[in-house]
Amino acid sequence: MPRVKVARKSTAIDMTAMCDVAFLLLTFFILTAKPKIDDPSHAVVPPSTQMIPVADANMMTVSVGQHKFFFSVTEQDVRAGALKAMGDKYGVTFTPEETQRFSLTQVFGVPMKQLKSFLDTEPDQLKNFKQEGIQADTTNNNELFNWIYTSRQAEKALHDKDLQMSIKADSKEDYPYINTIISCLEKQKLFKFDLITSLKTAPKK
Amino acid sequence: MAELDTSGGGKHKGGKIRSKKASTRVDLTAMVDLAFLLITFFMYTTTLQKPKAMNLVMPDNSVKTNNLPVAASRTMTIVLGGHNKIEWYMGEPGKTAPTVDNYGANNIRKAIIDNAKQVAATHTGDEAKMEVVIHPSEKATYENLVAILDEMSIANIKIYAIVKILPMEVEDLKKNNNW
Repeated sequence: MPRVKVARKSTAIDMTAMCDVAFLLLTFFILTAKPKIDDPSHAVVPPSTQMIPVADANMMTVSVGQHKFFFSVTEQDVRAGALKAMGDKYGVTFTPEETQRFSLTQVFGVPMKQLKSFLDTEPDQLKNFKQEGIQADTTNNNELFNWIYTSRQAEKALHDKDLQMSIKADSKEDYPYINTIISCLEKQKLFKFDLITSLKTAPKK
Repeated sequence: MAELDTSGGGKHKGGKIRSKKASTRVDLTAMVDLAFLLITFFMYTTTLQKPKAMNLVMPDNSVKTNNLPVAASRTMTIVLGGHNKIEWYMGEPGKTAPTVDNYGANNIRKAIIDNAKQVAATHTGDEAKMEVVIHPSEKATYENLVAILDEMSIANIKIYAIVKILPMEVEDLKKNNNW
C-alpha cells in the first residue's frame, strides 16, 4: 500500500502585512515622540484628579525640588531675551556663545553669580555641575521674581503673547517654598497659574 | 533562509535558453525585526502620560474692592497642619473648637460635603453656597495643598481662597501636636 505523501509546503510566511503594521506603528511613535526633559529638580509631582493637560508652548515653569528653585521657558528666543535683560539688570554680559548655550538649556537652577560658570561648563560635564537653585525670597527684588518678569517681557516683545505660568513642585516640599513663588507672582500681578500634578483616578460620585 | 525553493528546476529539452525567472519575493524577516526593535525603543523613550495642570486663581490683592460681607456661618476654614493633619472649623476663628481630621475620602472630603450640605439647608438663594478659606501652615507640604485644592473640585466648591494662616491657629496646631 503506498503511503500518502504530505505535500511539502513552503515554510515562508508572507510578512508584507506584518511589516506594514510595524512601520505604521513606528511612524506613529516617531511623530508623537517627545524626549523626556531632564529636570534637575527631580520633583515628584503629587497626584490629583484634574484632567487638563499642560500646554506645550508659551509656558514658563518654576520647579521646586530639594528646597531649590529651577526655572524653564519653552521658547528658545524668549530664553535668550530674558538672559539679556537679566544680564543688564545684574551687570553681567554674556557672549553670543553663552547666550546660544543658554537658549538650548531647558531647565536651569543657578543664581546669577553662578550662571556664567554654568554656561561655560561643557555640555558633557553639566551633569556633575551642582546647581544651587535660583535665589528667591518674598521681597520685591529677587532673582526668581526677575527671571519671571523678564521672561514675560521678552515674550510680550517677541511674540506679543502672555506666557502661561505653572508651578511644578515636589510632593514633600514645604508650603513656604510654594508661598515664595506665589508671592513673586502676585507682586507682578500674575494671579492665574497652574499647578502641575500627575493623574489620579477620580472618585466615583 | 526562511524560504524553501519549491519551484521545479527542470531543464527544458532543447529550445531556447531562457533566463531563470527569479522570485520577486524578498525576505522581510530582517526588516520586520528592525521595525519592531525601533518601535520598542520609541515606546520606552516617549512620555505617554502627560502631566496634568490644576488651575489656581489667586485674588488680586492690589485692587481694593468693596468686599461683600460673607456670613461666618457659611464659611469653612481649613487649616493645613504638619504630619498630614487638618484642622477645620465653621464660622469665625476661636468661636468653635477646630476638628482635627485627616486627608482622604472618608475624612476631610466627607466633612466638606457634609458642611456644604448643611450650608445649603440653612441658607437660601445665592447664600446657599459654602465658601472655603484654606490656611496652609509652614509645616504643610505641597502635596497637602494640592490634595485640598483637589477636594475643592471634587466637592464642587466654587468659592475658595488660600489665605495666610492666623497666629491663633498656629497656636492651636502646636497645642494639638500637629506642628
